[in-house]
Amino acid sequence: MAKRNGNAQGATGGDGLRQELVAHLREQREPLRQMWVQQMTAKGLLAGLSKQEIETESITIYDTCVGCLATAQYESAQVYATNMAERGVLRGMTSEQIIGGLLTLRDVYGRSLAGRYQRDLARLSAALDVYEPVANKILSIVALAFIEEREKVVREQQVAIRELSTPVLQVRDRLLILPIVGIIDSVRARQITEQLLRNIRSARAKVVVIDVTGVPNVDSRVAGHLVQTVDAARLLGARVIVSGIAPEIAQTLVTIGVDLTKMNTVGDLQGALDEADRMLGYTVVKVDSAATASQG
Amino acid sequence: MRIPILKQGAYLIATVQAGATDTDFLRLREDLLAMVGAIRARGVIIDVTALDVLDSFASRSLKGLAQMVKLRGADTVIVGIQPEVAFAMVQLGLTLPDIATALDLEEGLLTLRERECERKGRTHGT
Repeated sequence: MAKRNGNAQGATGGDGLRQELVAHLREQREPLRQMWVQQMTAKGLLAGLSKQEIETESITIYDTCVGCLATAQYESAQVYATNMAERGVLRGMTSEQIIGGLLTLRDVYGRSLAGRYQRDLARLSAALDVYEPVANKILSIVALAFIEEREKVVREQQVAIRELSTPVLQVRDRLLILPIVGIIDSVRARQITEQLLRNIRSARAKVVVIDVTGVPNVDSRVAGHLVQTVDAARLLGARVIVSGIAPEIAQTLVTIGVDLTKMNTVGDLQGALDEADRMLGYTVVKVDSAATASQG
Repeated sequence: MRIPILKQGAYLIATVQAGATDTDFLRLREDLLAMVGAIRARGVIIDVTALDVLDSFASRSLKGLAQMVKLRGADTVIVGIQPEVAFAMVQLGLTLPDIATALDLEEGLLTLRERECERKGRTHGT
């Protein structure tokens, strides 16, 4: 009973205290902000920022944090954190710089409160009860925003790499080459197959050479993807030659019992092109330049 | 809806329309087999360009059809499988392993002619 009363009092007292803290931090805004900037500079957290940027950013962060404390609403912090993460990542700021900066601000606020309530330890403890959750919440919002931004960049780059790495090239009329470089996972296998099928139709290809020299390891899953690609190409009326299976990969495939006998495999790209020429009825003839010159 | 069968020289061309049902495929099989005998056809082309899905029943009946036509002495080529359809089919394991396929009607006709030449060459050879 007594405890519940205490809690209730704490809550109402907490609200009053909250306003008191906000008033204190607003009053002390300039000296505290200066101290914060000084400490960050000392820790080397502001490298690469101009004086002007430091001014505006520190004022915005300071006010956003105090605003969160005053209203117990975190939308503004969320918006600002996302925004900051976007800019920070773009400009190559490290997560240490941003999170370290906020930790410093947390300490500055904390010290200032400790200074104010140093004679009344009970009041200090109550003040920290109000202040600490807010500080922690803001920190976690910023850290998460930062991580999310990083992940977004990573995802975007993955997409870019995938698109870059699967070109389908036409070398002759009705002959396509698909050099695969890098790891084949199921997402990429699907993308490669779809792209190849589209190109087979638009180029009216009859023969396709898939070169896997750049694929670091071919296991049963990758082989399964390859077989699917070959089958799908065949349904569109194109024949597929697979080239560039390295000796050690060939050994592995046979040892683990992957059956590639259905597939037309050739040692290297040169052999594959010869084979493709043969299928399409081309013959490559070397022109004797001296002979033609004398004739001309 | 009956699937129409066109005669082009010694070849028969059946164009499957979008939304063809299982019964349509069964009927096509009967019609084609009858016509192969009637006109002494040497090749059959089945054009599935309009289909945006080829399920297991359709693939199985196409496979059966090709084998039956073979027994009647003609070759079968499936043409016009769309890239998305091809992809979906291999994922389901429907790879039509023993049936000739070609990109479109034009290619299909070429394939049939090539096969015929090959066969003639073989008979002349022996």
